[in-house]
Amino acid sequence: MAKITLKVNGEQHSAEAEDRTLLANFLRDELKLTGTHIGCDTSQCGACTVHVDGRAVKSCTMLAAQAEGCEVVTIEGLAKNGKLHPAQAAFTECHALQCGFCTPGMIMTTAALIKEHPAPTDEQIVHGLEGNLCRCTGYLNIVKAVKRAAELQKAK
Amino acid sequence: MYAFQYRRAKSLSEAAEVLAKDEDARPLSGGMTLIPTLKQRLAQPTQLVDIAGLPELGGIDCRNGVLTIGAATRHADVAASKVVQDAIPALACLAAGIGDPQVRNRGTLGGSVANNDPAADYPAAVLALNAKVVTTKREIAADDFFQGMFTTALEPGELIVKIAFPLPKAAAYCKFPHPASGYAMAGVFIAQAGDGLRVAVTGAGASGVFRWAEAEQALAKGISAAAIEKLTLAADDINEDIHGTREYRAQLVKVMATRAAAALSGKK
Ligand SMILES: Cc1cc2nc3c(=O)[nH]c(=O)nc-3n(C[C@H](O)[C@H](O)[C@H](O)COP(=O)(O)OP(=O)(O)OC[C@H]3O[C@@H](n4cnc5c(N)ncnc54)[C@H](O)[C@@H]3O)c2cc1C
Ligand code: FES
Ligand code: FES
Repeated sequence: MAKITLKVNGEQHSAEAEDRTLLANFLRDELKLTGTHIGCDTSQCGACTVHVDGRAVKSCTMLAAQAEGCEVVTIEGLAKNGKLHPAQAAFTECHALQCGFCTPGMIMTTAALIKEHPAPTDEQIVHGLEGNLCRCTGYLNIVKAVKRAAELQKAK
Repeated sequence: MYAFQYRRAKSLSEAAEVLAKDEDARPLSGGMTLIPTLKQRLAQPTQLVDIAGLPELGGIDCRNGVLTIGAATRHADVAASKVVQDAIPALACLAAGIGDPQVRNRGTLGGSVANNDPAADYPAAVLALNAKVVTTKREIAADDFFQGMFTTALEPGELIVKIAFPLPKAAAYCKFPHPASGYAMAGVFIAQAGDGLRVAVTGAGASGVFRWAEAEQALAKGISAAAIEKLTLAADDINEDIHGTREYRAQLVKVMATRAAAALSGKK
């Protein structure tokens, strides 16, 4: 057991956890931030994507201890002052989800993607979403939503 | 996962010391291979020594005709590095094609090379570019480093510090990615240097990355796609699994080599 201290969505948090605790479980079980989903056991699906020091990572493939001292942003931390992040607004507008299980991860990846590519091409979007799986939508509306998110971000 | 102790190393010498004292301790870099392995209970280390943040393992530097990249450099940082893009564009391009963005944001050069997965991308670059693997103990030539699937010349507790790539005149990498993981079904790295041309193949060899001698000889006379098209790669030592038969993979290697050669001949 060790005490792990990290900043999540702008707030400092400390909690005791076993050394083997994954960041995804730490966020969900210790901090009760259950918006971060766990969809696979094999680092493939990206449902668990969060930002660590500004980069999209799979929180199921990182130990909470590795995030000690880092700044983590989860889906709960994207909206600011009651206003949805452009990626969240675009996913709603473009109906880029069905069951919604993959959506938190898709949105976190999208948020990082449009920061890196403010006007992404279809190829950049498809390549950029390679680490996120969706079993419902067939991806078409997700790709549309990423484009729309970039537009909304620009308009902001 | 079985329980283990996590510790963040404060220096390279501390990490080496802990690993030397405890043969069941393992270095942890990006964790993109080690953590999935632990999750499947395929390994049971006593301690994980986190080396990812060590300044001794960082840095990208190009001087005197050699590009040196620290072992803990993440794939995304190699891909985005202006220094790498200018020095060996094929290497930046290779890094940009590893797995997916989240994997590239964590996974590191040293972890990939130390792991020597038969389908990993970096081993092909290290071998074709005739790079030197610099460790906490010595320098190891690429030809001596890779010793079969998941096996390298590294001794227990020995850590990769950096990799030194002599600048080629030209280089190209083509891979056929596995559609789900991005790992190479077949990947071919061709590097043309002052002292000769090397062709390294990953994803296909039954004992991991290998040099394709016939292709090297054929291209030494002049780089062209046609030179590869005449060759046949014997399927005997090619890997076979649910993703493809050995004959299919041997053919894929040839196609990737043809594409890499075409890219190179276009560049000249
Ligand atoms: C979904 C997914 C897709 C992927 N797709 C690809 C792909 O397309 N192509 C590809 O090449 N790879 C792929 N990978 C693997 C990825 O590139 C890993 O980052 C890499 O293989 C290991 O690097 P790491 O830094 O994460 O190492 P870790 O997982 O931390 O370590 C791997 C091994 O190396 C040892 N080690 C780490 N650093 C050192 C060092 N400096 N010296 C000595 N030993 C060390 C560790 O003890 C461990 O045994 C994929 C991984 C995932 C999860
Ligand atoms: S739960 Fe993390 S990748 Fe699937
Ligand atoms: S909406 Fe159901 S998995 Fe994507």
